Amino acid sequence: MTSPPTQADIDLEIAAIRAAREGAETHHPGRDYAPYRSTALRHPKQPLVPLKDPEAAELTGPVFGVTDVTALDSDLTRQHLGEPMGERITVQGRVLDREGRPVRGQLVEIWQANAAGRYPHQRDDHPAPLDPNFTGVGRCLTDDDGGYAFTTVKPGAYPWRNHVNAWRPAHIHFSVFGTAFTQRLVTQMYFPGDPLFPYDPILNSVTDERARQRLVAAYDHELSTPEWSLGYRWDIVLDGPAATWMEEGR
Amino acid sequence: MNPTPSQTVGPFYGYALPFPGGGDLATGGVTVHGYVRDGAGEPVPDALLEFWQADPAGSLRGAPGTLRRDPVNGAIIGRHGVDFTGFGRVPTDADGRWTLRTVVPGTGYISVCVFARGLLHHLYTRIYLAEHPFLDTLPPERARTLLAAREREDVYRFDVHLQGEKETVFFDFG
Repeated sequence: MTSPPTQADIDLEIAAIRAAREGAETHHPGRDYAPYRSTALRHPKQPLVPLKDPEAAELTGPVFGVTDVTALDSDLTRQHLGEPMGERITVQGRVLDREGRPVRGQLVEIWQANAAGRYPHQRDDHPAPLDPNFTGVGRCLTDDDGGYAFTTVKPGAYPWRNHVNAWRPAHIHFSVFGTAFTQRLVTQMYFPGDPLFPYDPILNSVTDERARQRLVAAYDHELSTPEWSLGYRWDIVLDGPAATWMEEGR
Repeated sequence: MNPTPSQTVGPFYGYALPFPGGGDLATGGVTVHGYVRDGAGEPVPDALLEFWQADPAGSLRGAPGTLRRDPVNGAIIGRHGVDFTGFGRVPTDADGRWTLRTVVPGTGYISVCVFARGLLHHLYTRIYLAEHPFLDTLPPERARTLLAAREREDVYRFDVHLQGEKETVFFDFG
């Protein structure tokens, strides 16, 4: 039985992979990223099979509508009898495709830890308090400009067992749909200036610095509400091709 | 514009993304079930599968209402069963197993998007319910991973192998 890696071990692995990929403009993480240890048995070793078929079902995708969300879904601070603990924030931005066109009327889902860094999930055994007034789940549909907005509290950092003294920087999980199934995105939004960034193998799996910065929201003072909440802005750009004929009707 | 990078769905999506009836696209059709396994052949209990498919006539227009809500209390009351939404979402259970109830798509295949803890970027595959000309374009041992096994009438088995000898074919749509 080998002892679990230390932060220093992980730091060396992160640096070595980054050096090997220096200068390469890659957008997404490689699925084989050893510093995030759970990837070891969960990434395919065969190359992906290119599929270029203009009729492919994946160039279209699921649609959502007003039946699928309620007004309360986008305010995570109003889903219980009382107010959650923590720093009240708003997170808003636009969902765009790679041509910069807004993705309209599509589903954005978020989930996050509470202000103390705890998820209401049975497998989260971090000894931080649960908050009876916070679940940490939100949904909304993008508007005609591709815009989304959530009101929530700033999530806390939390420990995990990737290596000794491993801590995740504060983040909000996002799940976003485009007009095509190929544009599907699940990702995590981070907060500017977090001191945990250099230590986190999940964030650093994005080896290109410019791409990594695209996962970090901007604090925008104009979006802060006096005596109420702090405002963050984060735009999302979806990758992947879409059937052009679908653009017309949506 | 440069895309926003993917990140893993992590271990704690379970109270956020799955919803009641997520795998019940339609009744009276077919059941497709299977396991998600890792490179050691172990079940993956924290994967999430999403499905997108054509209706029996081959239409890919879909419909809203997969997550239809009760406007009184916000609870998910789900599809009303008249429109075919074409979309499903199922987490694997503690045994790494999932089940989908749907109708046979006119195109012959069900598109699958795989998310999991330990998977930094989702993967796409397809479930073919019968032999299809597309499968002939792949080496036979690879094509086999995309063809569901018919266990009995209207019941199909399809396992997703993330890695290893039986590794499933995953697609790049470029």
